Amino acid sequence: MNARLEARLWVAQRISAMALGLFVLIHLATIVYAMRGGLSAAEVLSRTRGNAPLAAFYALFVVSVSVHAPIGLRAILDEWFALRGRLVDWLLLVAGLALAAWGLRAVAAVFAG
Amino acid sequence: MKNDWRGRQHPGFWAFVVHRLSGLLLTLFLPWHFWVLGKALNGSAALDGFLRWTDQPLVKWSELALVLLLAAHLTGGVRLLLLEFLDWREWQKALLAVATVATLAVGVAFGLYVV
Repeated sequence: MNARLEARLWVAQRISAMALGLFVLIHLATIVYAMRGGLSAAEVLSRTRGNAPLAAFYALFVVSVSVHAPIGLRAILDEWFALRGRLVDWLLLVAGLALAAWGLRAVAAVFAG
Repeated sequence: MKNDWRGRQHPGFWAFVVHRLSGLLLTLFLPWHFWVLGKALNGSAALDGFLRWTDQPLVKWSELALVLLLAAHLTGGVRLLLLEFLDWREWQKALLAVATVATLAVGVAFGLYVV
């Protein structure tokens, strides 16, 4: 076990958790507010297109979750499936980067234009 | 080291299980969520087609389940941060109950306004 890596991942998990605590709270409130009485694409996109502050918020949200989720998966793979080691770490890094890219594409889709 | 089964009678163990499973399920949901939102790249009609699909009762109930998972992971995570970063105080024992009530409150709000 690489103690320095473990310590860094622990810190990254907690810092991303603190950011996500705020983001998820806002996201949940937005879900309940925006979905009252149904949802239409036109309605959603009229609120999001060109909305730079909200786009920045969701971009940060995506980046934070892309840090947080793979570290959580790493603990599950380690403790429940005894899967650990350098290969697992590299695969999780790739998964995190892919999740970030995929999520930022979604942010661009909803907010750009 | 083997886990002691007696530990599994403690509410804290179940908080751990809920936190872990909700995190896992939310992580599995995310790529699909991003794929759906990415449909907006093809214009609002593509997204509308999907939104009509979500009007089905079973999908609505699944959305409620997802919201509960997200709320449970949020409140459970805040509880963990408060336990880890603050000095131990008696009131922290109540955090699990507060997290549970807050999660259910989010579920009720979503159920009343959306489902």
